[in-house]
Amino acid sequence: MGIAALGRALAARQLSSVELTRELLGAIERQRDLGAFLAVDAERALAAAAAADAAIARGEGGPLTGVPVAHKDIFVTDHARSGLPSTAGSKMLAGYASPFDATVVARLGAGEPAGPPGAGMVTLGKLNCDEFAMGSSNENSAFGAVRNPWDRSRVPGGSSGGSAAAVAARLVPAATGTDTGGSIRQPASFSGVTGLKPTYGVCSRWGMIAFASSLDQAGPLARSAEDCALLLAAMSGFDERDATSAERPPQDYPALMRQPRPGATAARPLQGLRIGLPKEFFPAGLAADVAAAVRAALAELEKLGATLVEVSLPRTELAIPVYYLIAPAEASSNLGRFDGVRYGHRAAQYDDLLDMYKKTRSEGFGPEVKRRIMIGTYVLSHGYYDAYYLQAQKLRRMIADDFQACFQACDLIAGPVAPTVAWKIGEQGDDPVKNYLADIFTLPASLAGLPGMSVPAGFGEHGMPVGLQLIGNYFDEATLLQAAHALQQATDFHTRVPAGV
Amino acid sequence: MPASPLVRGYEVVIGFETHTQLSTASKIFSGAGTAFGAAPNTQACAVDLALPGTLPVLNRGAVERAIRFGVAVGAKVAPQSIFARKNYFYPDLPKGYQISQYEIPVVQGGRVEFLLDGAPRSVRLTRAHLEEDAGKSLHEGYSGATGIDLNRAGTPLLEIVSEPDMRSSAEAVAYARALHALVVWLDICDGNMQEGSFRCDANVSVRKPGAAYGTRREIKNLNSFRFLQQAIDIEVQWQIDRLEDGLAVEQATVLFDPDAGETRAMRSKEDAHDYRYFPDPDLPPLVIEPEWVERVRAAMPELPAAMAARFQQADGLSADAGAAMTQSLAFARCYEALRDACGQPRLAANWLMSQVSKRLNDSGLSIQAMPVTVPSLAGLIRRVADGTVSGSGARQVFDALWAAPGGEVDALIESMGLRQMSDAGALQALVDEVLAAHPKSVAEFRAGKERAFNALVGQVMKASAGKANPAQAGELLRQRLAEG
Amino acid sequence: MTLTLQDVSRIAHLARLELSDAERSRMLEQLNGFFGIVARMSAVDTRGVEPLYTPLSAVQAARLRLREDRVTEPDARAANQRSAPAVDDGLFLVPRVIE
Repeated sequence: MGIAALGRALAARQLSSVELTRELLGAIERQRDLGAFLAVDAERALAAAAAADAAIARGEGGPLTGVPVAHKDIFVTDHARSGLPSTAGSKMLAGYASPFDATVVARLGAGEPAGPPGAGMVTLGKLNCDEFAMGSSNENSAFGAVRNPWDRSRVPGGSSGGSAAAVAARLVPAATGTDTGGSIRQPASFSGVTGLKPTYGVCSRWGMIAFASSLDQAGPLARSAEDCALLLAAMSGFDERDATSAERPPQDYPALMRQPRPGATAARPLQGLRIGLPKEFFPAGLAADVAAAVRAALAELEKLGATLVEVSLPRTELAIPVYYLIAPAEASSNLGRFDGVRYGHRAAQYDDLLDMYKKTRSEGFGPEVKRRIMIGTYVLSHGYYDAYYLQAQKLRRMIADDFQACFQACDLIAGPVAPTVAWKIGEQGDDPVKNYLADIFTLPASLAGLPGMSVPAGFGEHGMPVGLQLIGNYFDEATLLQAAHALQQATDFHTRVPAGV
Repeated sequence: MPASPLVRGYEVVIGFETHTQLSTASKIFSGAGTAFGAAPNTQACAVDLALPGTLPVLNRGAVERAIRFGVAVGAKVAPQSIFARKNYFYPDLPKGYQISQYEIPVVQGGRVEFLLDGAPRSVRLTRAHLEEDAGKSLHEGYSGATGIDLNRAGTPLLEIVSEPDMRSSAEAVAYARALHALVVWLDICDGNMQEGSFRCDANVSVRKPGAAYGTRREIKNLNSFRFLQQAIDIEVQWQIDRLEDGLAVEQATVLFDPDAGETRAMRSKEDAHDYRYFPDPDLPPLVIEPEWVERVRAAMPELPAAMAARFQQADGLSADAGAAMTQSLAFARCYEALRDACGQPRLAANWLMSQVSKRLNDSGLSIQAMPVTVPSLAGLIRRVADGTVSGSGARQVFDALWAAPGGEVDALIESMGLRQMSDAGALQALVDEVLAAHPKSVAEFRAGKERAFNALVGQVMKASAGKANPAQAGELLRQRLAEG
Repeated sequence: MTLTLQDVSRIAHLARLELSDAERSRMLEQLNGFFGIVARMSAVDTRGVEPLYTPLSAVQAARLRLREDRVTEPDARAANQRSAPAVDDGLFLVPRVIE
């Protein structure tokens, strides 16, 4: 059952949150080898579930009250309240006890300190991810890789790999993730779940451990578009503690998702919807199995009333260097606070302050994080700023403008999420560039700050899931959800369960 | 502009960077308090400590104060300015970067005007930008370790940068005093230099007249005007010695050690040369509409320069007196009250500049704390004006009023026997007595000895026990002597 | 353009990272590999293009939102220092700093 159905069942008292929570805690325990969870507090989870059941009994429940959820460990969780550390998948923050909750965590749970009550979901624990969300395979976590439930020898994708794997393995009905360059969409695609990266500014970044501030955005990973809509409605919205938070009224995404399009019929719910296919998203290098699944899903969308139009995003390939200059530059600065002075890892032995800084940071950060800090420090350093950082930000503007040109001709843009299905753990080896190139289809929307989704579109080689990427215009999550929902009414890929789950 | 004074044949060139703590209730990017002297790290919230997941949100009060300053110095208030990150590692810098303004500051240009030895001077400002203060490092008493207190971290600063327009330590101090007076006048800074609310960095270089600028050294954290002048004088001598010895002056940041009386180069902060500035992605551009600037302009108090000019024109004060009366808003308000109460602007200004200022300095009191009330001082000044009491007599009354506030002026003049004799009849009688009693002097005067006349005046004063008005006495003597 | 081992050392020092000789050579190789794919980007003519520092300003001018000047954060030192490596009467301790 997805969270929408669970919410209804709990409200109808057909099952209790305590039963549900206990069952999932058991599954998490049995599936430890998956590596999806970094921390679980069973006692507090069951207490929260009991409280939720009581609230429902008092008739004070909402659509998500008592529904279990788990959070990517990039979101900080108030340690005193949750008993959960906040690590960002890094040795640097092993055991770090945050004194506050991320806004997203608070809104899905008990609510913000001075704010209205939250959605009342039950937090099961924290989910594994690439260190500081830097990676696309979850192999960069300081606490071990996550395995893909569809084939445990393969990666679940990243950086929200724990979130995708936990939802795919049915350890939790829904999870939060963050997407900086594809970190929600790509693992959702690799693990056969539905993931949504909202428009930049829709979800508050307060309490999200920063990777690249101008790109980071929180979003849901769940079993269906309907579930994503429910979760997004509860976790999004203006937050005065984030100066980049969009000042917009709360959005009822489930209602917007169901709103019939003008001229729509039951058989053709997407009547009049123009879906643009950038030719650059279907290059020769695109794996045949991925291309086939994506084409099939597009044909399905056509049957549902959508019309496909060819568009162009000429700077798609350039998005790779542009992103991998901007994101590391911001990261090199954002990670400057990890110096062993106020919290986090501090080296055991050092000669002086400089030595403490260097040993602390060299011990605390993993190889990929160090690489990106090095790239970012270099491109911002004296004499290189204009050639790299400034040039990249100008190209970023051109890439954003390319999208606006496309949206003259279409309402949504569609294509693959990744060039291949999930690869084998360790297969990419120690070649960062190879990994960077695989992000080609998710980076453009990230740079522009546009909303994007990955919707299960079928299966490719070795029976691995393939996702269809949908990209909408700014703040048009509704159209994304409408198309995804229509597709999921006509197909059952999103309901498939990995063998042995 | 007068030729700049030379030191040992060198021209001194001075520019300033002044860190002004803005008097907001909360920090520039967080809701923590800014009160001075709280227990360590009790006023450093999650944002100030740069805990993972925290974000900055800009304080409107800090921007408002920056605008007030910009308008006051006739600068351009940027319609759009950018916050940038200045990246470096230091224990008192929690984020590993300082949020500051780099390419586009909020205040651009402007000038500070002041008097130097009575002559008007003007120093151009390059810019003034908003930034956050760092924490404090305590080096004493932690068994070889350094303790970090981040209460000050995130306190709003307006860094005011001047052009290298100053040519002597005296001019530098005059500029610093004028700037200090202005920010306090504008009520954007409490001006408390002991607590670090107003910190000056002086960029000092020397050159032969007409030569290109010499290499400058920056004297950091000068927090008193006295140290400011000493430090610059010492630094200037040091640089000239180097050059005279044929050595070069290397660019450096130096600290002033008042005890050793020397400026010492700081152990240079690691790679201070590569701050990797870039626009802060957490903070979109700061937009200030003209309407906001106009609202601030409309609410602006009359500025010291304008008020001084008004006092010169309307009250006939000298430039120096005008400047002295506007040394602070409180002083100006006191002058206006006193002037209105006694109707003698020039006398009021003279009393405030001489007796009152001297007494205030001796007792370390501010004008607000003056024990002598404005009404009684006004009463005393009126008595000086109408000749009831002499200047020296009035000073005695003032001292008495200072020692025992609340005394009644006329009563004191009487009880202290300081009333001048103004009754012409009585004085006439005294004069006749003196003339009768000193025929010798009279004869000498008649013989043309002017000294004898002075002696006679002295006799009249003596006979009147000092209460006679000397001028009046002289007049009557001449009349009588002329008659007979 | 390609980096040298000296560049790597300089950048590592700026970033306060300590790299072994082996790590430095590996890093040099990987960074040069990466800057290989950057070259294409540098060739693009971007004259007159406004940089896009935040996606918020992609379609309309973004402006900074301001908070009112109010104290909203009470003292939370105990909670804030829970994960501090070294503290003494409320102060964070670091190796002696010489100025």
